[in-house]
Amino acid sequence: MALQIVVLTKPVPDPAAAAERIGPDGRLDRAASPAVVNGNDEYALEAALKLVEAHGGEITVLSMAAAAGPETMRKALAMGAHRGVHVTDPALAGSDIVTTARVLAAALKELTFDLALAGVDTSDGLGGVVPAAIAAHLGLPFLSAAAKIEPDEKAGGVRVRRLSGTGYDLLEAPMPALVACTQVLGEPRYPSLKGIMAARSKEIATRSLSDLGLADGSVGGAVATTKLLDTSKPPARAATEVIRGSAEDGAKRIVELLAKRRLV
Amino acid sequence: MANLWVVGEINPDGSLARLSTEVATMARGLAEAGGGSATGIVVAADPAPAAKELATYLPRVITITEPAAAEHTWATVAAERIAALVSGAGKDVPGQILIGAGPDGRDAAGVLSALLGWGVLVNATSVAWKDGPVVDMSVFGGKLLTSSGFTGEHGIVTIRPNVVSAEPLSKPGSIEAAPASATSDPLKLPQVAVLERVAEAGAAVPIEEARVIVAGGRGVGGKEGFELVEELATELGGAVGATRAAVDSGWIPYAQQIGQTGKIVKPKLYLALGISGAIQHKVGMQTAETIIAVNRDPDAPIADFADLLVVGDLFDVGRALLAELRARGG
Repeated sequence: MALQIVVLTKPVPDPAAAAERIGPDGRLDRAASPAVVNGNDEYALEAALKLVEAHGGEITVLSMAAAAGPETMRKALAMGAHRGVHVTDPALAGSDIVTTARVLAAALKELTFDLALAGVDTSDGLGGVVPAAIAAHLGLPFLSAAAKIEPDEKAGGVRVRRLSGTGYDLLEAPMPALVACTQVLGEPRYPSLKGIMAARSKEIATRSLSDLGLADGSVGGAVATTKLLDTSKPPARAATEVIRGSAEDGAKRIVELLAKRRLV
Repeated sequence: MANLWVVGEINPDGSLARLSTEVATMARGLAEAGGGSATGIVVAADPAPAAKELATYLPRVITITEPAAAEHTWATVAAERIAALVSGAGKDVPGQILIGAGPDGRDAAGVLSALLGWGVLVNATSVAWKDGPVVDMSVFGGKLLTSSGFTGEHGIVTIRPNVVSAEPLSKPGSIEAAPASATSDPLKLPQVAVLERVAEAGAAVPIEEARVIVAGGRGVGGKEGFELVEELATELGGAVGATRAAVDSGWIPYAQQIGQTGKIVKPKLYLALGISGAIQHKVGMQTAETIIAVNRDPDAPIADFADLLVVGDLFDVGRALLAELRARGG
């Protein structure tokens, strides 16, 4: 039996470009920086690709994003995902965590899958709470902080190593299940030229709110549960003191500073 | 009025997670500022030890005995029980629920958000009270601080480690069991079995909670190089951290990785050895109170945000520092 896997991916401002800013509407200005697939989602996709190589099957990438979302999704398809589903609707602008989880849950419910994989958090919001919320909406077993994923198709279950503060826990649940993925799953591959060419003709299906049976007024900024009140620059750090000279001089100066700040 | 609940997170041995003592202290301060109350909630197969500890920080703690929490992942089980307690709380319904921003806290916050329909403000670095919680967080790799609030009466806030110092009450609070009506329904969400808990060497203290972190990067050069990093960490009573390059090279486990795809930490002291301070790493550690760097390259990015940069070979300086610290200690 082959595995059907859905990977949730989010386009985020490229952290390397360091050009993120908040627009006049108090929301992330998505036009200010180039979008990339969220870093931890790429690990999830890589894990899915390896699972499909080992067990057979197909991968669908699922995003909720602005109209330009498919541009970013092409990279995921170029890495080897088979098709995409792009949930987009003008009414979704300004969506909070509550709406995002509800909408992604509704989109996931339409798909048939053994495993749904998501990054453990996203580099723009850093919250890491949406995967758990989606699992709760759909009544799926939720396995987080995954460092290893081993499906047992015969038993219909999946085993996951979940990173803990001091090691890992070995988890087991029946499939379908939702797994939040970490970097330990392995470095994402680069798309090959062949993959990039193939991605151009792969299908990206678009889903609007009405396609998912959700009402316009139930989502987006109008029903957001959180609001931005203010922004500020972080306090500037004091100027850096630079010490050159012998290692002993450097070490002495470090200890002086530690003592002054009561750190030793 | 500030009526806050604090979710007590549980260590594998049944004791209270250290982060929960900080969250409890913060909640107490907010309850005072907002003229309300702060109540702890502990869900565990045997909630007694963690509840006793949480009651040293909060005037009232409610326990939920849930056998399923012992052999299943804690967050989903705990969140479902807490959501039921909220729904049955009547006029005692909390305004906000506070929980740590670690892996368990995030999972529980997500499940609570879905079950209650409450919003979540994440990774708070400080929380004030002004007709409701005003939650500060650091975004865009530390370039911007945002202050946010809830649009309605209710919400969930996840709190970063080391943003407040835990302070016990002068007299411990009361502990009571939740009404059976709130806990007797069968659990509806699927429970995930924990087959085995494996401890790995070198990670005795979760790095997010460490007061002192000594971290190594590519410059450390190998597993052997991390022995010096570990010795310095031991001498300073801290934990070992690393950059992604060091983790990807297999020199140190991922649990120790700091930065964009690793952990975000806020120790009192961050000693960076052979770390250039690229943005991906910087986002994980820039809010450390004191940053000291040892690097051969005086133009490395870390020169722009360290308090002190010692230009030199990390092994020479590291060994000299170890000798200084030991001379001081002895």
